[in-house]
Amino acid sequence: MKSLSVDIAPISTATTRRPRNASLGKAWALVLKDVRVEMRRREAVANSFVFALIALVIFNIALDLERQRLEALGPGLLWVAFVFAGVLGLGRTFVGEKDRGSLGGILVAPVDRGAVYAARVVSSLLFLLVMEMAILPLFALLFNIPLLHPLILPVVLLGTLGFCAVGTLFSALVASARTREALLPVLLLPVVLPVVVGSVEATALVLQEKPVGELLPWLGLLAAFDAIFLAVGVLLFEFVLEGSDA
Amino acid sequence: MREYLGVSPRLGTPMATHEFPRLRHGLGTPRTFAWAALLAMPVAMYFALAFAPREATMGNVQRIFYIHVPAAWVAFLAFFVTFVASGVYLYRRQERWDILAVSSAEIGVLFTSLALVLGSLWAKPVWGAWWTWDPRLITTLFLWMVYVGYLMLRSAIEDPTQQARFAAVFGIVAFVDVPIVYFSIRWWRTIHPVVFTGGGLNLDTRMLVALLVGLAAMTFLYLALLSLRSAIEAVQRRNAVLLQELEEREEA
Repeated sequence: MKSLSVDIAPISTATTRRPRNASLGKAWALVLKDVRVEMRRREAVANSFVFALIALVIFNIALDLERQRLEALGPGLLWVAFVFAGVLGLGRTFVGEKDRGSLGGILVAPVDRGAVYAARVVSSLLFLLVMEMAILPLFALLFNIPLLHPLILPVVLLGTLGFCAVGTLFSALVASARTREALLPVLLLPVVLPVVVGSVEATALVLQEKPVGELLPWLGLLAAFDAIFLAVGVLLFEFVLEGSDA
Repeated sequence: MREYLGVSPRLGTPMATHEFPRLRHGLGTPRTFAWAALLAMPVAMYFALAFAPREATMGNVQRIFYIHVPAAWVAFLAFFVTFVASGVYLYRRQERWDILAVSSAEIGVLFTSLALVLGSLWAKPVWGAWWTWDPRLITTLFLWMVYVGYLMLRSAIEDPTQQARFAAVFGIVAFVDVPIVYFSIRWWRTIHPVVFTGGGLNLDTRMLVALLVGLAAMTFLYLALLSLRSAIEAVQRRNAVLLQELEEREEA
């Protein structure tokens, strides 16, 4: 009962504070709620960070990486680590809500389903970006490659956004399935393949210190994928949430 | 238990098995399509093995083409049907669209497997490798993985209406993703070129005729399997409902 009141409180304050765009205000309140929950539990970020770090160590040992091959393999390894850690981070976003019953609370509130989806995409994006921003310098340091270039930021941002757009929708899909933790990667990884391809290529270009002009087409492609996946997610999310408050 | 079914006033008299395919949920005419497929397949085999000329460089092994391409075509058609049926289901909420979606997806997985295996059998003698990472091959493999995932998602959700709804959502996302995957891989391939090229087959008129006959025969086979599979699905669901009613009755 206590946790329920904590969950609902920011929604009401946000709606009174921003009457102009109610939907945006509610979505923002939901993001704040997710951030607050994550600050207390530290599940998504901590788990995915440690997982990504372990993956990098395993890659290095298993592949016995030297400097030459790292230039070619680095971007791929980085994104494999990000994507697998991301699946781990996303996997529990709706499971926790469902088990605690707080999803029902959100759905009873007069919030547009699209706003619930958008909020969850944003909060997942935030958590994964925190993890990735912590992994990036470690990757550059451990593997001794010059990855800390400002242009890596839009690549990571756009790649992770596309991943979260599909991942949020799918983690809601599997939340009530029997084999939920095992099912998410099976569904999600093939579908986000285009995003991974684009992100790896763009990261490789950044690593080779190519001019911005060569990077732009890939960034545009990633942005287009993100737009498509977000549009599909907004349209279909209401069908996933339907009936789950019962 | 059987007698109980017979006298139950609410359930009516039990249906004879052969009547089930004509249930409202079924596609209607499995028998017609089955006959069409049965007649068309040997004709297609004749066109593929005898009518079509021997390909100059690849030789007889090229005749796999006349089954491989129709199998791939049917796979794609089947997933398109799943996509449309998923959309209509979400809009109309009629169970028959969900039955159509799941039946078509299953057949699609079957034909995708067939296309992949036949493609490998053809690739080995011609390219010297069972597999190459070419955009079309990757997209086909992607189709296989995604729709196996679709079937796994279905079997992991117990509640029937939730299963139908979630599968429809996934079926739509998966199909929307197909062109995205294809073009991203193609773009990626302009940077990492393929060693072997798949194209370069100049179709002679008789080859084209053989291909078209193969496409028609395989499409009939698809329709026959689809109508049978959806009739079976309808019967299974009806049985589940009957069984549940029976249990409720026995408890009362």
